[in-house]
Amino acid sequence: MSEQNNDQLIIAGASYNSRLLVGTGKYKDMAETEAAIAASGAEIVTVAVRRTNIGQNPDEPNLLDVISPDKYTILPNTAGCYTADDAVRTCRLARELLGGHNLVKLEVLGDQKTLYPDMSETLKATETLVKEGFDVMVYCSDDPIAAQKLEAMGVCAIMPLGSLIGSGLGILNPHNIRIIMESANIPVLVDAGVGTASDAAIAMEMGCEAVLMNTAIAAAKNPVLMASAMCKAIEAGREAYLAGRMPRKKYASASSPMDGLI
Amino acid sequence: MQIEVNGDSIELADGATLVDLLTQMELTDMRVAIELNLEIVPRSEHGQTALKSGDKLEVVHAIGGG
Repeated sequence: MSEQNNDQLIIAGASYNSRLLVGTGKYKDMAETEAAIAASGAEIVTVAVRRTNIGQNPDEPNLLDVISPDKYTILPNTAGCYTADDAVRTCRLARELLGGHNLVKLEVLGDQKTLYPDMSETLKATETLVKEGFDVMVYCSDDPIAAQKLEAMGVCAIMPLGSLIGSGLGILNPHNIRIIMESANIPVLVDAGVGTASDAAIAMEMGCEAVLMNTAIAAAKNPVLMASAMCKAIEAGREAYLAGRMPRKKYASASSPMDGLI
Repeated sequence: MQIEVNGDSIELADGATLVDLLTQMELTDMRVAIELNLEIVPRSEHGQTALKSGDKLEVVHAIGGG
């Protein structure tokens, strides 16, 4: 057990026990958001930054009162940004909003249909953000060369998509994610595409440092129960990775001894 | 004077500061961040930052997102 107890996720110098990062979008209300995040066991929680006239029901508490920065590491994202400039402005606003906190999730999107990362704009935004002292976790394509460039630029985590944001299609190109992990010296997380618990477990069994998800929990019929399932899947997948799976074989290998048969 | 906040035109008394703006928007108790003409204005400077006609502001908060 001691091996597992010491098995912490390290992002930008901070240690975390949970390897599940969750978003706060698409929930029915704040009560459901709060209950699902608690059930997930996540310590890093993403939020979006929006104009004050957009967003929540005025009768509800503020998101940061429910998901308190005292209890969680808040990871503001740049979701909805289609240019490097907008993403950089959003990160600066987020840093001010959170009292000087430098950790951000950069995502610069290419189009509304796929929400696929625009890597040239992402690289451009990364350059500015790193220069300005941000700890940048980057949502990116599963392109190993783009991942190498991001690492060389000084990001603190590479987060390739498993499949399109909100699609729930799972990890469609595990080979590329493996190639990215082989050369990376910083955490590689799967961000986007997880549909159910087995997808999360697969990412962790492959050796990903963590998984970031939102819709898989929020769009489940019972989000709180799915959050709990994801918590277990992440732990199970991580332990299986550390344990090292048996080799695959073409033919059977008896589990019971052959000696002493009647 | 007219200023632009979050894409909308707003009428504000001459010489108003960012604190006056937040009061008018009923946001004084909320955790917000302000960008004035593309520059962040730290919370500690809201009281001393006077606005002028034609200023463009973004006032943002955190909401649910992935």
